[in-house]
Amino acid sequence: MNILVCGVGGQGVLLFSDIISNLALRNGLDVKKSEVHGLAQRGGSVTSHIRFGPKVYSPLIEEGTADAVVAFERLEALRYVHFLCPSGRLFYDSHRIDPLPVSIGTAERVPDDQIEARLAARAPRRQMVPAFKTALELGNVRVQNTVMLGAVSSCLGFPDESIKQSLTELVKPAARELNLKAFAVGQAISACP
Amino acid sequence: MTRKLLSGDEAVARGAWEAGCRVAAAYPGTPSTEILEAISTYKDIYSEWSTNEKVALEVALGASISGARALAAMKHVGLNVAADPFFSAAYIGALGGFVIVTADDPGLHSSQNEQDNRFYGLMARVPVLCPSNSQECRDYTMRAFAISEEFDLPVLIRLTTRVAHSSGIVEVGERTEVPLKPYEKKVTKNAILPAFAKVRHVDLEKRIDRVAALSLQDEFNRIEPGSVDLGIISDGVCYHYAREVYPDASFLKLGMVWPFPGETVRRFAATVKELLVVEEVDPFIELQVRALGLKVTGKDRLPRTNEMSQRALRLSMGLPAEKAEPETGVTARPPALCPGCPHTGIYFALQNQKAFIGGDIGCYTLGVMPPHSGMDTCVDMGASITVAHGTDKALGATDQRPHVAIIGDSTFFHSGVTGLINTVYNKSNVITIISDNRTTGMTGHQNHPGTGQTLMGSFGTIIKPEEIAKACGVKTVVVVDPYKVKETRKVVRELLAKKEPAVIVNRRACALHIRLHNPPFKVDPEKCDGCKTCIRLGCPALSFDNGKAHITATTCVGCGMCADVCPEGAISASPKSNVQSPKSSAGSPS
Repeated sequence: MNILVCGVGGQGVLLFSDIISNLALRNGLDVKKSEVHGLAQRGGSVTSHIRFGPKVYSPLIEEGTADAVVAFERLEALRYVHFLCPSGRLFYDSHRIDPLPVSIGTAERVPDDQIEARLAARAPRRQMVPAFKTALELGNVRVQNTVMLGAVSSCLGFPDESIKQSLTELVKPAARELNLKAFAVGQAISACP
Repeated sequence: MTRKLLSGDEAVARGAWEAGCRVAAAYPGTPSTEILEAISTYKDIYSEWSTNEKVALEVALGASISGARALAAMKHVGLNVAADPFFSAAYIGALGGFVIVTADDPGLHSSQNEQDNRFYGLMARVPVLCPSNSQECRDYTMRAFAISEEFDLPVLIRLTTRVAHSSGIVEVGERTEVPLKPYEKKVTKNAILPAFAKVRHVDLEKRIDRVAALSLQDEFNRIEPGSVDLGIISDGVCYHYAREVYPDASFLKLGMVWPFPGETVRRFAATVKELLVVEEVDPFIELQVRALGLKVTGKDRLPRTNEMSQRALRLSMGLPAEKAEPETGVTARPPALCPGCPHTGIYFALQNQKAFIGGDIGCYTLGVMPPHSGMDTCVDMGASITVAHGTDKALGATDQRPHVAIIGDSTFFHSGVTGLINTVYNKSNVITIISDNRTTGMTGHQNHPGTGQTLMGSFGTIIKPEEIAKACGVKTVVVVDPYKVKETRKVVRELLAKKEPAVIVNRRACALHIRLHNPPFKVDPEKCDGCKTCIRLGCPALSFDNGKAHITATTCVGCGMCADVCPEGAISASPKSNVQSPKSSAGSPS
């Protein structure tokens, strides 16, 4: 299973990936996860590659072979949608974060409807997940990633209890209750496309 | 055995701990930073952030000379800084096991070049191990300590970003305490004066010859038989890419790339019809295979730049690949200074100053981008001050521009101090701005001498850049608060106009490190006349829509810099807020 996660620095892409990798380990599979941090966390584009199965060689997913792309931001979905295999699933948040060149007026914004149309053409199996909006309603935008985890969870092939266990293990004790709630709300939002 | 999910960096740390390492030193640098962060969680190891990589390597060398197992870690360019003691360390050898880890960055995810540090091993005559995944990171680190002691040599472990920052399953064990080897004063070994060093060099060649036998063992350099049509020689993460692209080929997987296992390569070559070397960046293995007189495909087909990947390999070799062209016209999302970043204030103050600005390495390097366009050069750690000094000397009175250097606090301690002393001693008019955000921001908030807190958690003396500047003989030293943007701009402009040597310390804690929790600011659309002054801050929370400035409430951290610069007074803290702009409870100038 190849899952590419993408978003903007600060959105919780890395924690999301940690939880899924931990799950694979917990369930007796080989797993590799690859991410690049450093400069990238300063509001730049962030990706994480997760691969699990009986035996994993490369830590990188090859373009055109991802079973799922999970995007925490709409423009980032467009940037990485080419990683999907033809039958792959795209989960994306319609939340928009303008890149700096757009907000300072040195680049044009790609219109939302155009992004939608291009995503539709490339990813027939796709699901928009309003994770940011939901997290905001839950009172903390930082649980956006957990809402998304809930939405994606039924496609991962792991038991719910196992996912919740990983989640509980990896978030700070003070944030556990809110994260479990966010997970449940995410689960209610989505079924696999 | 316990199975853990560890990154390559964490696995190196685990291996060091299990191998009985006692001392570890580093200067943070992506992608090597997490090695020392992980080591610091093992309390059996003394660990420190040294002021730079040369210092770190010498600290570990000193520990090794005194009989303790020791490790120094750095990113690839850090080994340039530490190259001087690295070469000498090979002559001296190791009493306690001595391991140096270099984390190279093919693809320049967070670096200024793609140098291939395998060549450092060849050049300094130091064995080089290239682990390909987290398990090997742990295993090779443990073996490296043993090899180091057995052959009286330092050992270089070369990671790349993909190995350092990928996580995989690692079977780990427990720590074995390795007693200190009794120290003996041996000046002919440990003091490499010319007469002694001459002898040590002869000895070094003998030591290397002995270790070469080790590179012929399967443990590091393993033949995996497959089809006789194609034999692939590969090291590091490239081995895994090649395994996926050529599942049926024969493989020679190299873990010790120097001393080069010539005999193993010959033996392997004799079993296959064609040889292909898959490696990242430089043809390090390929050159040595060719030197054996073997015919091989390598960089004549494969790229010399950027990271290797399955796809890069397929496309270069003309193999079929999935149709997966990226979408075009997707706006780039370059990293940017964060909302509330104190560097924003100083860059705003520097805008339109017609100055030559020497830049340096850190988050503030992002100030090179619009809207700030705040530096002319960026070379390496510490080069801001020295390059500005050079331009000042070259252009002298013919140049009307002030010559400015901008450098962060951690970088200043790393290698800015010597440059500052040089400007005073050699009398130039460089105005040095030390952008002091109270941490090492870019690599994830490591402490440094200016914070007074050590890696192991103790607090001590806080070393202040402004006091160093005064001690260096700089007469004009000013400390400003970059959140008070207008005031900062006034100070900067006055000092720049004088064109005399000066140091400006702009001090305010990194907005990510000490998170601001102020309520978001708001733009009053009635008062906003669309002048875009605030947009020039380049704050990610600010945008411009329908002729008015707009603040994204979920992104704004309430630093108040935008309110300070707005000429119309159109920006204010939200009505619910009792926060005065600009204000923060932490990190205010001292």
